[in-house]
Amino acid sequence: MKKYIDQGKNDTRSGYGAGMTELGRTNPNVVALCADLVGSLKIQTFIDENPERFFQVGIAEANMMGIAAGLTIGGKIPFTGTFANFSTGRVYDQIRQSIAYSDKNVKICASHAGLTLGEDGATHQILEDIGLMKMLPGMTVINPCDYNQTKAATIAIAEHHGPVYLRFGRPKVANFTPVDQKFEIGKALMLNEGTDVTIVATGHLVWEALIAAETLENQGISAEVINIHTIKPLDDEAILKSVKKTGCIVTAEEHNYLGGLGESVARVLSTQHPTPQEFVATNDTFGESGTPEQLMEKYGLNNKAIVEAVLSVLKRK
Amino acid sequence: MPNVSELQDITTQVRRDILRMVHKVNSGHPGGSLGCAEFIVSLYNEIMELKEGFDMDGIGEDLFFLSNGHISPVFYSVLARRGYFPVNELETFRLLNSRLQGHPTTHEGLPGVRIASGSLGQGMSVAIGAAQAKKLNKDSHIIYSLHGDGELQEGQNWEAIMYASAKKVDNLISTIDYNGQQIDGSTDDVLPMGDLKAKFEAFGWDVVDIKEGNDIEAILTGMKEAKSRTGKGKPVCVLLYTMMGNGVDFMMHTHAWHGKAPSDEQLADALSQNPETLGDY
Repeated sequence: MKKYIDQGKNDTRSGYGAGMTELGRTNPNVVALCADLVGSLKIQTFIDENPERFFQVGIAEANMMGIAAGLTIGGKIPFTGTFANFSTGRVYDQIRQSIAYSDKNVKICASHAGLTLGEDGATHQILEDIGLMKMLPGMTVINPCDYNQTKAATIAIAEHHGPVYLRFGRPKVANFTPVDQKFEIGKALMLNEGTDVTIVATGHLVWEALIAAETLENQGISAEVINIHTIKPLDDEAILKSVKKTGCIVTAEEHNYLGGLGESVARVLSTQHPTPQEFVATNDTFGESGTPEQLMEKYGLNNKAIVEAVLSVLKRK
Repeated sequence: MPNVSELQDITTQVRRDILRMVHKVNSGHPGGSLGCAEFIVSLYNEIMELKEGFDMDGIGEDLFFLSNGHISPVFYSVLARRGYFPVNELETFRLLNSRLQGHPTTHEGLPGVRIASGSLGQGMSVAIGAAQAKKLNKDSHIIYSLHGDGELQEGQNWEAIMYASAKKVDNLISTIDYNGQQIDGSTDDVLPMGDLKAKFEAFGWDVVDIKEGNDIEAILTGMKEAKSRTGKGKPVCVLLYTMMGNGVDFMMHTHAWHGKAPSDEQLADALSQNPETLGDY
């Protein structure tokens, strides 16, 4: 199978920070807001270089979402920054009314998504945010896989008119996307062609899917791996094309199976091409404290879990 | 520039519009709409500097944000009478496929509306953002916003109130419709909010009282004063003392008409108290 090289582990939130640095230099309409988490969101360079285009709102996320909506009136492109939990659930009604329903060009940028923020525990580990955001009419939902792709996605969403939810994380994960790869919203990326099973993954589980595909190859199973960085709008065509060839599918995400990528894929398949599917996702649960690796293991979100899901779905073909 | 009696005529016609809109669909919020009629008429016809036509960014003109979106009837009527959209469209209020939704929205492309409102407590944050965009754009125009007094029970307002003074958002005039009423009764019965003036001042705002909030001359004088206080490092709050249901005797001195439409007989009575001035739609 095609070989992917980890260029060195890095955190996706730093990809966001690097993307913001570039936008600060290239797009004068981009403004950044943050709710007391500048260090966590890695946007200090943007602030240093563009102090007049940065708005520190303090620990007041609802106000931040409203201010962001207001800043669009006058042509600004606001990027809000806080943890995923405080970017979604805490401010759902503000996003719903002042941003989504009002058609405002706000980029909601959410770090520390999922279990892998680690030791802080379940209060901060949102596993429901993709569902919350994808249900909002008009919202684009993006969950890039590594540092390079997060940087590229950050830059790309500034050119897209409309509300966007951009989800990334805290831990350092493998960085394997080509550094110059253009980010196309809604366009899935074929990472490895295969014939026996389709694995569609999002976020850092894409790397886990590649490892799983290698393991499967050693067992004589040919796995197709697709990177679904955009959950909404979903690249239905890429998914359908793949399952018509392989006949079964595993979806992998760091999110509750309720409301996540897997359910979006299941909707496409059930209406257009019914296909056996297994879900690698959390099982309607809250998280807990632990290291990212321990949590990925305990909650079944790593390459081992993907291999098991593949073996299980193959039996249902 | 209209004189006071012309503004009064517009207000009377706006009252008729409000009553007829709400009556036709037997739903909507006449009480607060009537209470703010003089204020919003004065804003759009005298106080605000407005360009011709409508564009979302509103660069080079003053902007208004209605946070208490349930008083959409008065907002729609004033916008229509000011020429943002045809007056006849008022007859579509709250009907299927109308641009005049129960609560204001940008979603249907109604000229004059820049944000959806209805879920309370969000408008001040939006107004602050728009005010900060004006500063970034080196646009010296002013942002006006209107909020219910009961609406201040929503906590997001206090995040916004704290932020606006901390960040010296001094191109913002936020007006509180101080009618002392909310759905379940008087604000003092439901959740007393204490001394609002002292609260705003403690949060670093400059506060202007308009004690006669249904008197056009008092509104013009008070808003001129409020405008003179912009650009001095502090956001400006106007406490506008109004009478809910103003101009219709049986709708005044009660919270009963917050969200209730008049019957045929009540409409006739209310309209007889407000004779046609500019022509009904």
